[in-house]
Amino acid sequence: MASVAIRDVRKAFGQVEIIHGVSIDIEDGEFVILVGPSGCGKSTLLRMIAGLESVTGGEIAIADRVVNQVPPKERDIAMVFQNYALYPHMTVGENMAFSMKLRKAPKADMDARVKRAAEILGLTPYLERYPRQLSGGQRQRVAMGRAIVRDPQVFLFDEPLSNLDAKLRVQMRTEIKELHQRLKTTTIYVTHDQIEAMTMADKIVVMHDGIVEQMGAPLDLYDRPDNLFVAGFIGSPAMNFIKGRGAVNGVASVKSDSGIDLPLGPDMNGGTANLDGRPVVYGIRPEHLHIAEGGLPAEVVVVEPTGSETQVFAKLGGQEVVAVLRERVTVGPGDIIPLKPEPGLVHLFDGETGRRL
Amino acid sequence: MAVDADHTSQGRTPQGRIPRGMPAPAGLLERMMSNRHFLGLLFMLPAAALLLLFLTYPLGLGVWLGFTDTRIGRPGIFIGLENFELMWTDTVFWLSVFNTILYTVVASILKFGLGLWLALLLNQHMPFKAFFRAIVLLPWVVPTVLSAIAFWWIYDAQFSIISWALREMGLIEANINFLGDTWNARWSVIAANVWRGIPFVAISLLAGLQTIPQSLYEAATLDGTTPWQRFRYITLPLLTPIIAVVMTFSVLFTFTDFQLIYVLTRGGPINATHLMATLSFQRAIPGGFLGEGAAIATAMIPFLLSAILFSYFGLQRRRWQHGGQD
Ligand SMILES: Nc1ncnc2c1ncn2[C@@H]1O[C@H](COP(=O)(O)OP(=O)(O)O)[C@@H](O)[C@H]1O
Ligand SMILES: [Mg+2]
Repeated sequence: MASVAIRDVRKAFGQVEIIHGVSIDIEDGEFVILVGPSGCGKSTLLRMIAGLESVTGGEIAIADRVVNQVPPKERDIAMVFQNYALYPHMTVGENMAFSMKLRKAPKADMDARVKRAAEILGLTPYLERYPRQLSGGQRQRVAMGRAIVRDPQVFLFDEPLSNLDAKLRVQMRTEIKELHQRLKTTTIYVTHDQIEAMTMADKIVVMHDGIVEQMGAPLDLYDRPDNLFVAGFIGSPAMNFIKGRGAVNGVASVKSDSGIDLPLGPDMNGGTANLDGRPVVYGIRPEHLHIAEGGLPAEVVVVEPTGSETQVFAKLGGQEVVAVLRERVTVGPGDIIPLKPEPGLVHLFDGETGRRL
Repeated sequence: MAVDADHTSQGRTPQGRIPRGMPAPAGLLERMMSNRHFLGLLFMLPAAALLLLFLTYPLGLGVWLGFTDTRIGRPGIFIGLENFELMWTDTVFWLSVFNTILYTVVASILKFGLGLWLALLLNQHMPFKAFFRAIVLLPWVVPTVLSAIAFWWIYDAQFSIISWALREMGLIEANINFLGDTWNARWSVIAANVWRGIPFVAISLLAGLQTIPQSLYEAATLDGTTPWQRFRYITLPLLTPIIAVVMTFSVLFTFTDFQLIYVLTRGGPINATHLMATLSFQRAIPGGFLGEGAAIATAMIPFLLSAILFSYFGLQRRRWQHGGQD
């Protein structure tokens, strides 16, 4: 186990820089998730930590040792690939034992470790099978088994669940988290799925276009997104954004571009002095909109009940918003409903920079 | 996962399947027309007829000729195994068998080794990759006769460029007698065959190399392999199915080679480069003894069959290749 430090790391392929100075501190035993849309450079960053890509600028340190020039096999990391990368001509057992075989580990030690990993992952009945004879979920476990057998300082996962069906994905999510709680190995996990990130991580790093937008504990990111990108990325359904201008007439509020007065909480950040007339984006999460007396009139467009909750898509001053309601509602398309934002849970962003106000 | 998907899609649409037991139609013809086995046979007939006509007939005729004393311009009669008995005591025939085996074994081993090496080189990232791949194909694209003539010139007793170059470098005093000396001639035709055959092996193996996912090499790198170990434990085992196919074809081509020898040496000097194929032709057409030539060609069949049998077992899907898709 080890800490990992990434200091102002840059990566360019030829002339094109795709990672523009990323710094992340990962503590010993932490489960960190790099999340962001496809193409933002998550895999590239992970592969630099693994040593599969060279580092163009900055430093990567594993257990306080700078590894920029250290070859992959000496970094003591194990990686689970998106396509699993199992050796097709080796059985499950041979796949898991391969790294130890290369190191000429004693046979008894090797067998014991493979046996233990297989037990942890429920693979004992499949040790003699070839990867082709396994289902997707089983292959995924073998890939993890191969990493566990190594007992490395750091686990790296690159979108390990994206080839699985939805149900299996939820199940494996829990299993990976349990595994981490059991082994306590420092883990860096890449995904584009914010739900995966929210449910599994100790710390989330949100990346976008080769930079870190924000990092922190899952609920901190949810409660206090630093900017519009993070606010829109974390949470499902995504936060509603309404463009407007600040208005201060005794109490602070936001006047939307379509002319609706959107209420702000009394504690709205940093006073109200410079808010008046300023272009802002008013953000409210779907779960913080309620049907209540004195709400803003909105016209229902679509109602989607999921059983546990109901998603209502409605037009608020010409702009579509989503509300997630815990209670069962009997509204239908065309109805006018009063939608009331919870005042203390409104997020306000600068209209020009996208920064949180 | 693919397996699961199959299950669900089948399970979901039972009504989409064609029912097995169709109600029995009245007439015999109608019943036959809905029988898959009968229809299968019916549809195979044209192809079978063509095969019979164009493949089996010439082959059968050739073998039959081997049992007759046919000469050019004179129909022969059946003489049983006489041609083969003659062959048994014919030292030239046995020399040609030795030559053929030497030629096939040495050339195939060289083609495999050099071809694999070239394929590995071409599989690396390098500038002008496409250009080099095209260049490699050249010897294969050039008509054999043309390249044979080129080699004939290269091996010429007086004007050989190799002799000239070596002489200029002061390595030899007199020209090398490439095609005039028995062993020189054998190595020379083998070299020409290797030159011609490498592209096939190299390009086929390159195609095989490209089916090996990069991530396997990356996983192996993280597992702690050296480049040699990656070749030994990843590349080679995953390439064996393709190696088996490619080398079977290569052995068959080499064993039955004719053009190159016929242009370069005509089997000389003193039959040192006669292969079974060239000797058979020599006896049958210029020599006029069709029966004898056919018998020699027929004698190639057991060798070819054993090569095919060998590869049949070598080609069988390995255990790790069975099962669902990747
Ligand atoms: N080997 C490479 N050569 C050139 N560009 C690359 C290479 N690998 C990745 N890229 C580019 O870098 C960007 C980030 O890729 P990647 O790290 O795979 O994104 P992510 O994993 O976040 O989806 C993409 O725009 C991709 O096209
Ligand atoms: Mg990726």
